[in-house]
Amino acid sequence: MNISEALEIVGQTNPGMVRSHNEDSISFDAQSGLIVLADGMGGYNAGEVASGIAVSVLSSEVKHRLENDEPNNIDTETGEEVGAALLRANVIKANLSIFNAAQSQPQYAGMGTTIVSGLFYDNRVVVAHVGDSRMYRLRGEVFETVTRDHSLLQEQIDSGIISKEMARLSKNKNLVTRAVGIEAGVEPEVHVHDVQVGDIYLFCSDGLNDMVEDDDIGETLKMLQGNLSLAATQLIEQANDNGGRDNVSVILVKVKGSFAAQTGWWAKLKSWFKN
Amino acid sequence: MSAKLILSMDGAVIKEYPLTKERTTIGRKAHNDIAIDNLAVSGEHAAVITILNDSFFEDLGSTNGSMVNGAPAQKHFLQNADVIEIGKYKLKYLNDQPTQVPSADFEKTMVLRAPPKPSPINLGENFNHTQTNIGVPIVKPEATTQFNTTAPKPEVKAATVATPAVPAAVIQILNGPNLGKELELNKNLTTLGKPGVQVAVLARRPHGFFITHVEGANFPLVNGASVGEQPQQLKDHDIIELAGVKMEFYFKS
Repeated sequence: MNISEALEIVGQTNPGMVRSHNEDSISFDAQSGLIVLADGMGGYNAGEVASGIAVSVLSSEVKHRLENDEPNNIDTETGEEVGAALLRANVIKANLSIFNAAQSQPQYAGMGTTIVSGLFYDNRVVVAHVGDSRMYRLRGEVFETVTRDHSLLQEQIDSGIISKEMARLSKNKNLVTRAVGIEAGVEPEVHVHDVQVGDIYLFCSDGLNDMVEDDDIGETLKMLQGNLSLAATQLIEQANDNGGRDNVSVILVKVKGSFAAQTGWWAKLKSWFKN
Repeated sequence: MSAKLILSMDGAVIKEYPLTKERTTIGRKAHNDIAIDNLAVSGEHAAVITILNDSFFEDLGSTNGSMVNGAPAQKHFLQNADVIEIGKYKLKYLNDQPTQVPSADFEKTMVLRAPPKPSPINLGENFNHTQTNIGVPIVKPEATTQFNTTAPKPEVKAATVATPAVPAAVIQILNGPNLGKELELNKNLTTLGKPGVQVAVLARRPHGFFITHVEGANFPLVNGASVGEQPQQLKDHDIIELAGVKMEFYFKS
C-alpha cells in the first residue's frame, strides 16, 4: 500500500482560552509521511516566528530531499538511514536559522521553540524531538508516551527524586532543558520505532498534556478512533474546558495498512522511469 | 516569592526561614541553616532541597527520625502547608506559588540554560550531595504579560483538571432487549452504538452534555431530528435514537 493510502492524518491547532496568539505551528503531509509540530516561545510574536521557521525548514527540506531519495536508503554522509539523518540534520538547520534570526533582530532575541517531528516509512516511524512536545502511541489497549520530554520535571522523574504520580503536583512545569534556536547548537533526540497496522499516533504540544490527563487522552482516542477528526476536536475541547491556558495542537496519525518499502525489481523499474 | 519554613514549638512560632538556598540543612549543630539546640535532634538531622519552585525534604539518617504530616518520612516532596516534625519542634512548609495557576511568569514555557553537554541533573539516589547544573532559567520576556493587556481574558479556573460541575445525568434504554437499563454518564466521554455500524459520543462538558456523530452512514436522531455532523446539546428528557435503539436522556436530581 502506498503511504498516503496507509496513513490517515488530521491536525488541529487552537490558541486556547487565555492567549490571544497561537505560537504553535504544525504541518503534516500524507504523501511524504512527514509530521512536524512546534511550540514557540518568545515575546511579541517571536514565538510564532520561531515555531514557523522550524516547521517550514523541516517540512520543505525533508520533502525536497525525498523527491530524489528514499528514507530507508543509507545516507552516505552519516551512515544512518536517510529518514533519521534528514530529521536530525534539519532540526539542526532550523536551530541555526532561528538562532541567527534571534541574534540579528532585537525583537526576536531569545526566541526558541520545541519540536516533535515524525517521518513514516517502511512500516516504521522515525521521531526527532527537542523539548516537551510529545508523541504518544495507542496500540490496542495500551496508550503511552513514546518521546521523553527534555524538561526539568522529566529529569527529576528519571533520577527518582519525584514519582510520576507526584509530578503533576510540581510547580516546576514548563521548564524545558533543550530548545531549538536558543543556542548555536542543539542535539535532537532521534529514535526509530516499528509501526503496526491499527496504531494511532498523537503528536501534541504541552497545551494538551498539561491540561488533560494522559488517561483521558487515551480514553478519548480509544473511543473515537472511528472518527479521527472528531477525536482531535474532542482533545482540544477537553483542554479548553479544563482552562485552556496554553495553545493546543494535536496531530493524529492512524495506520490503516502496511506500507513496507518496495524493494523488488518492479519498484526499481518504476523509480527508474520516474527519474 | 520563595517558599519558607516556619519553626515552632507548642504552637509558639520561633523563627521563619526563607528557602532561598538549594540546600537548607536542619540539625543540632550550629553550622546548620536551621539550628535547633535540643538533644532529640541529631547533629545533622535533615535537609530541604529546593529546586526552583519545588522543595524536597530528606531525613539524613537521624537517630530519632522525622515525621511529615504525622507519618514517619525519609524523603518527601513538600506541598504547601506540610508539617515536618523533629522531636517537639514543628516546621511548617509554606509555598503559595500555585500549582499550574496562571501567573504570567511561570505559566510560560521557559528554557533552562542547558549544560553544553546535555547531562541529567545529578539528583540520584543520594541527594545529600546534590549538584544541580541548572543555570538560571531563561524566562521568556514579557511574553504573556504583553498579550494579556490587549484584551480581557476569560477567568481561568485554578483547578488542575477538575471534574466539571455538571449535574449527573443518565441514559435510559426505552426499547429492545435492554429495555429499562440505565447508563450513568459519569465520564467525560461515553460512546453509544456499535463500532463499524453506528457510533455516537456523549461528551460531558462544563456547560452540559453534547451528542456528536462518530461513525456510520446514519446520524443519530434527537427527538426525531437528525443531529448532523455538529455536536448538539442535550436537554432534560430528550429522546435519542441510534441504530434502532431508543433512549431517554435525563438529569438526575
